[in-house]
Amino acid sequence: MSTNKNQKFLLTGNEASAEAAILAGCRYYYGYPITPQNEIMTHMSLRMPQVGGTFIQVESELAAIYMVYGSAAAGGRTMTSSSSPGISLKQEGISYLAGSELPCVIINMQRGGPGLGDISPAQSDYFQAVKGGGHGDYHTIVLAPSSVQEAADLVFDAFDLADCYRNPVMILGDAQLGQMMEPVVFEKKQKTDLSAKTWALTGARGRKRNIVKSFYPVKGELEEFNIKLQKKYREIEAEEVRYEEIDTENADIVIVAYGTSARICREVLKEARKKNMKIGMIRPVTLWPFPSVIIGRVAEKVQSILTVEMSAGQMVEDVRLSVNGKCPVHFYGRTGGGIPSPREILNKISELINIKEKITCATS
Amino acid sequence: MEAIYKKPETLIDTPTHYCPGCGHGIVQRLIAEIIDELDIREKTIGLAPVGCAVLAYNYLDIDMCEAAHGRPPAVATGIKRVHPDKIVFSYQGDGDLAAIGTAEIIHTANRGENITVIFVNNAVYGMTNGQMAPTTLLNQRTLTTPQGRDAGADGYPLRMCEILSIIDGTRFIARTSITSPKNINRTKKMIKKGFQTQIEKRGFSLIEVLSTCPVYWHMTPCESMKYIDEQMTRTFPLGIFKDWENENKDNN
Repeated sequence: MSTNKNQKFLLTGNEASAEAAILAGCRYYYGYPITPQNEIMTHMSLRMPQVGGTFIQVESELAAIYMVYGSAAAGGRTMTSSSSPGISLKQEGISYLAGSELPCVIINMQRGGPGLGDISPAQSDYFQAVKGGGHGDYHTIVLAPSSVQEAADLVFDAFDLADCYRNPVMILGDAQLGQMMEPVVFEKKQKTDLSAKTWALTGARGRKRNIVKSFYPVKGELEEFNIKLQKKYREIEAEEVRYEEIDTENADIVIVAYGTSARICREVLKEARKKNMKIGMIRPVTLWPFPSVIIGRVAEKVQSILTVEMSAGQMVEDVRLSVNGKCPVHFYGRTGGGIPSPREILNKISELINIKEKITCATS
Repeated sequence: MEAIYKKPETLIDTPTHYCPGCGHGIVQRLIAEIIDELDIREKTIGLAPVGCAVLAYNYLDIDMCEAAHGRPPAVATGIKRVHPDKIVFSYQGDGDLAAIGTAEIIHTANRGENITVIFVNNAVYGMTNGQMAPTTLLNQRTLTTPQGRDAGADGYPLRMCEILSIIDGTRFIARTSITSPKNINRTKKMIKKGFQTQIEKRGFSLIEVLSTCPVYWHMTPCESMKYIDEQMTRTFPLGIFKDWENENKDNN
């Protein structure tokens, strides 16, 4: 496909993510089929040869993530994509990528779990995505788009963040985002002011040899390396938090939701406004680093916070930590591939307002 | 006086961490000699394995990368696709290549990746204290086969050269050993041929080197060498299993 400036395309979230990766300079893609993200692979298999890149349909998710590891170590822009059970298999490699400080992008279009689960949209890989997922003290930067346009835009940012911090970046979408079609314009460009990858393996011509590793067998070395990693994570937390804040001024109840849940909650906000209910929303765009500061600030002035997720309740734990007791935190979630309807969420909000009234009556 | 035998430039002058009688030092020195002779030090990227040889980058003065257990062929693929004109080799043990990494080695070979694999087979897991390897001989005692490997319970020794040589994507497959100056010279010749196969962009090459682990074989270094010659080669015969040069001759 040709991508002239301002040209609008009607694409699925999967296709838009794949094309954005190519436009962001990704030239090495390795993947193994799994629904609901197969369109990323098929798009890559068509487009990569056209741009002189590499596409390999790999024998396993493990091999895919380690091909990403190799291409990242060699200095290439590289990506893989999968869905929940496949991402579980890739976690070993993601830990190694974090341990070797290698930049790459991993897209997870989540489906229902645990186990083989189903192929419906879910948000039940939140813990795995933001708490490390693999072994060791590490973090992956996690970006959560809620529209096809944002899915494309965040792919550009993901590659730049990965290179900037030498860290794996995960895009956490879900089956709905991956499969639905929306208009998309590819406006973003690859950042040009990133430092050269002097650490990459290119053959030691005219310089001292480079070693890419995560093994520190000498006592004390590994702790020193971990402290260095943690320092990087604190820097990312200070610099890279992203969120969208809607109608939080004078809100009684603020919803915290990301991705597809946040998209549904936008409808809830519209309905609530019609009913003169004062409802706002904070939509984390980065799930790690998490927008704790803004959530904590908002918690000081609202009646309560409602976290909405397509899981049994995972992000709600980070919301509670952010709120730190400043107001009650409630949860509404559907799990196993269930998608909450705006009506269900509105009912939950009405319930919370009634609770407030009851409390007011009891204390007056 | 002209020195006729000296430390290869690619070999780093540092004390070894390998046990007395271990074969890794010999094989890694050969790799260093070959890299010098082919003048490819500045364009070679090596993959260190898990296990005792994880510190291979302490000895070879080239760009090197670690890979998790079994995954070096996948990592090597990722590197080679970025740098098709660099020389990429993986250095792997028997557990790495023939157990946890069986899928990776088979499929990398099947894709005909233009890389070279040096497979050091000492029939035991050394770093984890001597458990059974996929290549452990029948009746061989290890930490996890205390009565000796039993085919009924533990399966048979896996012959990787024989398996890989029937895969269409492979071009040069050989098995050698390090039990004598003659065998060491032959190992060097075979590894060099593996590198040349890659330099000439002919495709996938693998050289299996039968090597020693005196500590977990519970033998002296000399007994270990004898054990390879007298016992190991019965299960793992030395030889060239596939050679692109012969294929061309056949075609002609």
